[in-house]
Amino acid sequence: MIKTDILIIGAGPTGLFAVFEAGLLQLKCHLIDALPQAGGQCSEIYPKKPIYDIPGFPEVLAGDLVDNLMEQIKAFQPGFTLAERAETIEKQEDGSFIVTTNKGTKHQAPIVAIAGGLGSFEPRKPLLENLTKFEDNGVAYMIKDPEVYRDKKVVIAGGGDSALDWSIFLADIAAEVTLVHRRNEFRGALDSVEKVQQLKNAGKINLVTPAEIVGLRGDDALTAVEIKKTGEDENIILEVDSFIALFGLSPKLGPIGDWGLEIEKNAIKVDNALDYQTNIPGIYAIGDVNTYPGKLKLILCGFHEATLMCQSAYQKIYPDKKYVMKYTTVGGVTGFDGTKKESPKAVVKAIE
Amino acid sequence: MSDIKLKITDREGVLHEVDAPTDMNMNLMEVVRSYELAPEGTIGICGGMAMCASCQCYVTSSHDLPEMSDDEDAMLAEAFNVKDNSRLGCQLHMTPELDGLEVELAPES
Repeated sequence: MIKTDILIIGAGPTGLFAVFEAGLLQLKCHLIDALPQAGGQCSEIYPKKPIYDIPGFPEVLAGDLVDNLMEQIKAFQPGFTLAERAETIEKQEDGSFIVTTNKGTKHQAPIVAIAGGLGSFEPRKPLLENLTKFEDNGVAYMIKDPEVYRDKKVVIAGGGDSALDWSIFLADIAAEVTLVHRRNEFRGALDSVEKVQQLKNAGKINLVTPAEIVGLRGDDALTAVEIKKTGEDENIILEVDSFIALFGLSPKLGPIGDWGLEIEKNAIKVDNALDYQTNIPGIYAIGDVNTYPGKLKLILCGFHEATLMCQSAYQKIYPDKKYVMKYTTVGGVTGFDGTKKESPKAVVKAIE
Repeated sequence: MSDIKLKITDREGVLHEVDAPTDMNMNLMEVVRSYELAPEGTIGICGGMAMCASCQCYVTSSHDLPEMSDDEDAMLAEAFNVKDNSRLGCQLHMTPELDGLEVELAPES
């Protein structure tokens, strides 16, 4: 059981900044995210795109913003449960919550802050008959352990970075790699595209474009896929052990929607007059995942919401303690790792 | 202030005739959201970067549309339910030339 003060669901910019504000109040945080890395949409969808409305940053790349936030919160030693989706929540007799992920990891905290953005990112699945039947029996949407594909015949579909990168990676491991994409053009980093070209020329990747996988074959497990090449009448039947569909991810509110929280327009209703608490005391929702009159889904609004949430969480955890907010310039930043940042003291010295 | 008229068929098949301003730097995806013709969180997920295809629509009128950028083209190459008349709503900016545009929202995916 992982125990912490504030359990944050979602490691996007809002969730990450909440760690800093909590840290100033000596509260420890642990974050859960369905993606394998921190940063949420900023890392997953648009790491190389600029953002222009972060106060004090005339321009910052989304990926750099995440790197900066990670640096800013480092001293507060947040814990991470990555590549796992928060599945269930159970209220305990002592008022705390236990949140369990889809992998069974349990977390306990008196405060839960949902900073889930638009939801957890789920793979986008192609519209194919029998698709669900073959899931875990030859069809996959992400690669967890590449060794599974050693000496296997693999077909990958998709036209983005992940399709290119995994084709390259598996070319050395699998017996056969076929990459199928609806266009001749790929959208990926230039060196990935060039590398796939080289591997194709060397006969290590079998490229089928413009084409689409239109059928799956097999009794219990997948044995072949049917590929339709644009402009050709006859479909290709390709014998494979595995079909990896890499069509990107799309966010879904998912299990959080069943936690008994008040939901409106795919978002969680919160008390914006006070502290961004939901209808369940002790559970807060901050950032893009919440809604209230006048809500704007902006990173800068998420930062503000995270800050107020932490103050309220502190009062909830320590109802008898008196506290007033202190400027970091005055109080400095004392990390849980023993580091201390503070503004240099003025020197008092006579000039002779 | 000049408005154009659009005919938008939502995902349930209901036709909406709406006015869209051409002087607010708006795109079709934002017009759909402003009239709440699709539930929040199911359209415009990436915010209009041509990176998610949640605003895919089928253009059924014969307007001359601006050419697709490489980003839009590549995104549609990875999207589902794509037809010859598919476009990303976020890449269609409201201009006087689009007066009378007719579109259908593609299914959520």
